[in-house]
Amino acid sequence: MGSLASEPQDCLLEVRGVSKAFPGVIALEDVSVRLRHGTVHALMGENGAGKSTLMKILAGIYSPDAGELRLEGQALRLSSPRDALEHGIAMIHQELNLMPFMSVAENIWIGREPTNALGMINHRELNRRTRALLERLRIDLDPQAELRTLSIASRQMIEIAKAISHESRLLIMDEPTSALTERDAQQLFTVIRELRSHGTGIFYITHKMDELFEIADDVSVFRDGRHIATDRAGNLTREGIIRMMVGRELARIFPGEPARPGPLVMSVRALTLEHAFRDVSFELRAGEILGVAGLIGSGRSKLAEALFGLARASSGQVLIEGREVQIDSPQTAMSHGMALVTEDRKESGCFLGLSVLENLEISVLTREFARLGFVRTRALTEACNDMSRSLRVKTPNLHECIANLSGGNQQKVLLGRWLLTRPKILILDEPTRGVDVGAKAEIHQLIARLVSAGTAVLMISSELPEVLGMSHRIMVMHEGRVTGILEREQADPVKIMDLASQ
Amino acid sequence: MQQTLADRTVRALTGRRTRRWPPEAGILLVLIGLALTFELLGWIFVRQSFLFNEQRLVVMILQVSVIGIIAVGVTQVIITGGIDLSSGSVVALTAMVAASLAQSSDAVRAVYPGLTDLPVIVPVLAGLAVGASAGLLNGTLIAATSIPPFIATLGVMVSARGIAKWYTRGQPVSMLSDAFADIGGGAVPVIIFLGTAAVFHVALRYTRYGKFTYAIGANPQAARVSGINVGRHLIVVYAIAGTLSGLAGVVTSARAVSGQAGMGMMYELDAIAAAVIGGASLSGGIGRITGTVIGTLILGVVTSGFTFLRIDAYYQEIVKGAIIVAAVVADQYRHRGLRQRA
Repeated sequence: MGSLASEPQDCLLEVRGVSKAFPGVIALEDVSVRLRHGTVHALMGENGAGKSTLMKILAGIYSPDAGELRLEGQALRLSSPRDALEHGIAMIHQELNLMPFMSVAENIWIGREPTNALGMINHRELNRRTRALLERLRIDLDPQAELRTLSIASRQMIEIAKAISHESRLLIMDEPTSALTERDAQQLFTVIRELRSHGTGIFYITHKMDELFEIADDVSVFRDGRHIATDRAGNLTREGIIRMMVGRELARIFPGEPARPGPLVMSVRALTLEHAFRDVSFELRAGEILGVAGLIGSGRSKLAEALFGLARASSGQVLIEGREVQIDSPQTAMSHGMALVTEDRKESGCFLGLSVLENLEISVLTREFARLGFVRTRALTEACNDMSRSLRVKTPNLHECIANLSGGNQQKVLLGRWLLTRPKILILDEPTRGVDVGAKAEIHQLIARLVSAGTAVLMISSELPEVLGMSHRIMVMHEGRVTGILEREQADPVKIMDLASQ
Repeated sequence: MQQTLADRTVRALTGRRTRRWPPEAGILLVLIGLALTFELLGWIFVRQSFLFNEQRLVVMILQVSVIGIIAVGVTQVIITGGIDLSSGSVVALTAMVAASLAQSSDAVRAVYPGLTDLPVIVPVLAGLAVGASAGLLNGTLIAATSIPPFIATLGVMVSARGIAKWYTRGQPVSMLSDAFADIGGGAVPVIIFLGTAAVFHVALRYTRYGKFTYAIGANPQAARVSGINVGRHLIVVYAIAGTLSGLAGVVTSARAVSGQAGMGMMYELDAIAAAVIGGASLSGGIGRITGTVIGTLILGVVTSGFTFLRIDAYYQEIVKGAIIVAAVVADQYRHRGLRQRA
């Protein structure tokens, strides 16, 4: 398996033996893939499988450590995104890079506007060109419409039109439908089919199975930085793809005893947050890990935020130890014994400019370790030192700036920050994202230790081996709804992916 | 402690060692360098010592004490990642209010003819209260509407100046009591400046208030997740900055023995400059009172040095501008390694 019967000269682009390493992680290892002319080539894999890294190499954002790229048989070396664009390779970013207060036409042709003899922009010509381009792509938009008045789907179309206006022959789309409704997605597919019929090759990253069978000609599956297989979409089944994505080595990571359910700690009843999740109900017991699986955008992180008081749920009930509570701020959540390690370490976790000590101590200053507003420095430093040592944080000392630590050690510091508060309920959102293998195992062991000491853990994770290996029960979410809660004995990758991508 | 090769490489590359000079060391050297330059130029051009002149030194610090008091508050605002443009106008407003309550019975047309010869504590407390209210307004605007601090304090800056003029319809307030004038006499302003600096140095380093201030500046979102009531804390920080501007206003009117609506013009910019020269970063999370004190003294040395060399005031401002820019460039250079990693 792995190679299609297409000759290299038929290929628009060939990737040969490409490898890429980042400090502590091998993102890509000896990957070879071929994109045929006029096809949509879907890339599948869990988060961190290497798809995005490969696409960033093709778009000139990263350069590979080893291996080569060939565009229509010619060796290709890319030095920058600009360079890639000049070779006809364009990436449609998930975050759109458009200017809201400018028109559709101005957005597409920015920096390349047709001008008259005086160097002033010829708006009539600009709009004519735009109309021609949009007609060719069968996109029904007014060139003079101001961008901010348009839907996200329309903006995505404009990004595509912009790429095509650069005479791009190869488009890279990274989960283009993640923010689109079903109808908008259909509109996007029409444009994609149109491009395909003109010979454009498209790499298409997605997590949605249905989409794949609707639009893809070829499918490549990635896992842990390696290319697992490539085949025609028609030769594959949903189940086959899932199996390739998750692999077979699903050893139980969980080192402790299976569920010894303690007393009920938290019950959530029909919790709803408009535009994020609806009717979420579950129960959490002491000494239990409830895993939460689902695709990105399924509402899992918003659920964590609502439980911790960072977002205000619009309806529903939360009971802690049998009493209904109103959690309207992180402070109240903390007073009920809750803790949250958020998914984005840099965005909402670390104080990057501050020291390890300042990062550790911040959540315990209100309760212990302060007398009349003065910090009890010695006791606090000692407690932080103990915590840092027991988590085996690798840092020369506590005064080191946390920005100089590796991702895994930063994550341990964040865990330490919350463990100092001695939480009863610990909510973890992607606890090992971007963490190297060694630190990952240590974090897993730590979670296991906490649970056997009676902490209740709600663990959101996009990595199936982690959810399957750690959890006593697994709650699966899809588009803001709970699609199932599985006992660990019944759970397997296929069932979870099935519930997550219904 | 075990150190991996990677750890050591990181440190070798970023040049970060465990024990470092305190961050103020660099700026202190600049201060000393400037003073020695003026000393040297003094011997060459005016045949006098710049430094060995007690009276000049006292006047020098006296001139910048008011800026220094404001800068202590502004530093805290800057550490939270904010800015306070209202300080100068608040100085004017509090100077007016304090002066109006400090008039002696000799005053010909007292603002409040029934309220002359009051104990000195009354105008002082009134001044502080006015400053605190202005700061409270700044903080509440920022926390409640989440408009940028630049805009909120710009609005308060313009309005406070307006109220200061309206208060006596533009008339200066004079004939203040001797007890009130004493606040601005001798070395009292210097003592007030260094006293406030000491208090807030301790507050920033050793109290929960200080830790929260740095945390909010370093990452407001992480601060919120960590259980800090960010809005409430910002209100407190701006209220403190306002109160210190009020204190500066009281000192200003006491030194001038009058209150005028035009007082404190551009003081906010000098205070921001002192904080920034002293190492506070406008992107938040970084700044120390000790640095700000040195920054204030640098402004003082430059002003007094130029006067001493009998150079026109125009040049003073030109050089002051250059120093501010140089300080920020140096600051960016210092933190570049960190930002890139972040």
